[in-house]
Amino acid sequence: MAVDTGIAGDGAPKVALLNDPKIRGLIFQVILLAIVVWLAYTGIQNMFANLRAANIASGFGFLERNAGFAISQSLIEYSQATSTYGRVFWVGFLNTIMIAVIGIILATLIGFTVGIARLSKNWVIRKLATVYVETLRNIPLLLQIFIWYFAVLRLLPGRRESWDLGIFGQMNISGWYAPKPIFSDGASLISWALLFGIVATFFIHRWARKRQEATGEQFPVFLTALGLILGLPLIAYFVAGMPLSFEYPVAGNFGPKGGARLYPEFIGLLLALSSYTATFIAEIVRAGILAVSKGQTEASLALGLRSGQALRLVIIPQAMRIIIPPLTSQYLNLTKNSSLAVAIAFPDLVSVFAGTALNQTGQAVEILLMTMLTYLGLSLLTSAFMNWFNQRMALVER
Amino acid sequence: MVKKTTPARKKPAARAKTAAKKSAPAKKMAASTSAVSVAYVRTEMLEENEAPISTHGFTHWARTNLFPDWYNTVLTLFAIFLIYKIVPPLFNFAFVQGVFSGADRTVCATEVQGGVRSADWFGGCWAYVGAYFNQFIYGRYPDTEQWRVNLTGILFFGGLIPLLMPNAPYKRENLVFMALIYPVVGFILLTGGHLDLNGFLLPDSLMAPSFAKFWIDFLIIVALMVAIAYAAARGSDSDPMPGIKIALAIAGGLAVILLLFSINFGLEHVETERWGGLLVTLVIAVTGIAASLPLGIALALGRRSEMPIVKFLSVVFIEFWRGVPLITVLFMSSVMLPLFLPEGVTFDKLLRALIGVALFSAAYMAEVVRGGLQAIPKGQYEGAQALGLNFGQMMRMIVLPQALKLVIPGIVNTFIGLFKDTTLVLIIGLFDFLGQIQSSFTDPTWASPVQSLTGYMFAAFVYFCFCFGMSRYSIFMENLLDTGHKR
Repeated sequence: MAVDTGIAGDGAPKVALLNDPKIRGLIFQVILLAIVVWLAYTGIQNMFANLRAANIASGFGFLERNAGFAISQSLIEYSQATSTYGRVFWVGFLNTIMIAVIGIILATLIGFTVGIARLSKNWVIRKLATVYVETLRNIPLLLQIFIWYFAVLRLLPGRRESWDLGIFGQMNISGWYAPKPIFSDGASLISWALLFGIVATFFIHRWARKRQEATGEQFPVFLTALGLILGLPLIAYFVAGMPLSFEYPVAGNFGPKGGARLYPEFIGLLLALSSYTATFIAEIVRAGILAVSKGQTEASLALGLRSGQALRLVIIPQAMRIIIPPLTSQYLNLTKNSSLAVAIAFPDLVSVFAGTALNQTGQAVEILLMTMLTYLGLSLLTSAFMNWFNQRMALVER
Repeated sequence: MVKKTTPARKKPAARAKTAAKKSAPAKKMAASTSAVSVAYVRTEMLEENEAPISTHGFTHWARTNLFPDWYNTVLTLFAIFLIYKIVPPLFNFAFVQGVFSGADRTVCATEVQGGVRSADWFGGCWAYVGAYFNQFIYGRYPDTEQWRVNLTGILFFGGLIPLLMPNAPYKRENLVFMALIYPVVGFILLTGGHLDLNGFLLPDSLMAPSFAKFWIDFLIIVALMVAIAYAAARGSDSDPMPGIKIALAIAGGLAVILLLFSINFGLEHVETERWGGLLVTLVIAVTGIAASLPLGIALALGRRSEMPIVKFLSVVFIEFWRGVPLITVLFMSSVMLPLFLPEGVTFDKLLRALIGVALFSAAYMAEVVRGGLQAIPKGQYEGAQALGLNFGQMMRMIVLPQALKLVIPGIVNTFIGLFKDTTLVLIIGLFDFLGQIQSSFTDPTWASPVQSLTGYMFAAFVYFCFCFGMSRYSIFMENLLDTGHKR
């Protein structure tokens, strides 16, 4: 534009209004915004008209109403007779969180193991890991959930007979009856000891690092942490007079009695989710480790580190920088994929709230909006946390 | 490095010479001793021996790869145990005890279950898969019309495979066929065409809905388009003819397509409720990817735009769809979408699922394309602008060809994800490949304890073949495009 002005010499550029990029952009944006607003407006108008025609109430008043259907598994108290739809939401939400958290832990364990196994020098292990990854990630997750739930877990013995897993309780077609911890008086001492152990480990780790940076002396942090986190609760257990016992399931006429029952829906979903996501995590871990140049390994070996130390102190910290961002999106994927629970009726958020509650109330807009916003919130929260973590891990350059 | 010396071609004598040169001190010592001729110093070379068995062959390989130390030995034995536990039973189930022919459930059930097999029999019931094969592929598509599905499939793969082969000729013609002609042909073949077009714009009170009214409405829209093109050209002081020509070309193309859709070719109309099996899976996957690619490109450009409103809307759109699970999107499109439409307007169930899938995958596609756009150096943009290209020309001729080429593997990966995600439509009551298999379990003719395991194994095998093939192709393209950056 400046050139134009120079040639014309009369101050005003001889540019048509529509050729000015700023005005053009403005017009374009105004048109776009008008279209979006118009679409939203007509959509909402239609919605209200349709709702009136179908005689469906709108608004969030239904959350206070009585739900009146049973939910098989719940982390919080829920009763068919008195609980509201609002309660249904929380039951589903907590179940989603539960399966996501346990699934993420399991998937990370399997994923890191398999990822490292894919780089193993051992030929059989390497090939086995490759076959695992290539097979499981090329089969749809929903099909895997079906296979676990409808095919594999159905091969378990019937209700009356069950597999005796020894100290792990019993298992049959109706689920896994795990030993249930019974806490008697003084059991809180154990959890306090555990908490104290974790906090103390955190501070000892910081102190040891500072000392090493200042003096070069090393401190056996790992062993101390092991002692604190495992040893302290153990001491507390004996000091408090062994307040923890396990209730074991016993075989009854109609299946095992007692113990903590894990439903087959939960087990199937958990196994499918974690083994499927683990394949992606394994690939991320493998790529991350491969991305650390070979010179780093050689240099650390030349410095006299043992191969384990080289891996722990040099390779993994650098690989983690590459691994964390895609790992975050896999965690998010697992959380979102847990919504497939609806296919096998595990009572997660989508299954009980966007499924049963929606069918009963017919308030699709409110319920789906709440469900989607919940997942969106979870996604944004996780990515915010992981971004923060990633920034801490990121390379500090000059 | 003027002289090209390839070490492998050197003669042994020369090799010995260079070796001697390298070890100068040794040579000196040798010289000092050889001054006196000594009987015990050899003058000719020894004959080469075979390498010891511990450095080559299977023993060596096994020793370094399987049993280098104690814990690797343990791992190897553990892995072999695992393989022993998984592979022979699977093989046994599928082939040794598998049943390949039979008319009903008796061949696939033990005597206790009312069949003919002995009590310890446990094998795949492939006879059931054979009996249901037609349904797994076509759903409830009428038997006499299935040639249309086959023809659509042949045209699709016939057009796609040369497009995917990097050195197949006629890429441009092929692309035109796949992008413009094939969708129309495929649509007519699958649905039967002969759409009932009866107007959409003018109120019914002005003119009764009819075929003629549709074209009057169409002409009004065309006139509006031309008017806008003319006004825009006048506003920017440029020749209005090119804009009008483009508007007319688009209108003409649309008119031809709509006319084709409305012609009665004598094909029976097959409602989408009757579609099923692999047909639905492929229709959803292919339409989803075809619709999400242009939408994704637009969103990616929007996200990188400097216009704040455009950028904001794109970011919100992308992050929203990426933040929610596909199943809620499908619920939304099947339950909520009808609420937003004016009364009386209904969408086909399959179409509703398609809209949901397309919007969902467009968000993922946008992020893939954005990655490609970010990888293009700024100089390319600046160079294009310096040549006087406008935004559309710059994107079409300079930036997008490079960016899209970079992200072909990413697009294929998105497609693999989409292909696997199509299984979710069975939750909203469509019968895709998996849904069809799932629904076949209710048939009492074949009900047996091994039925579901067999069905799922077959499904897993088919999905695996598709997805594994695509991922191999993605790796192949990655290697092909990656030549410049290899270290």
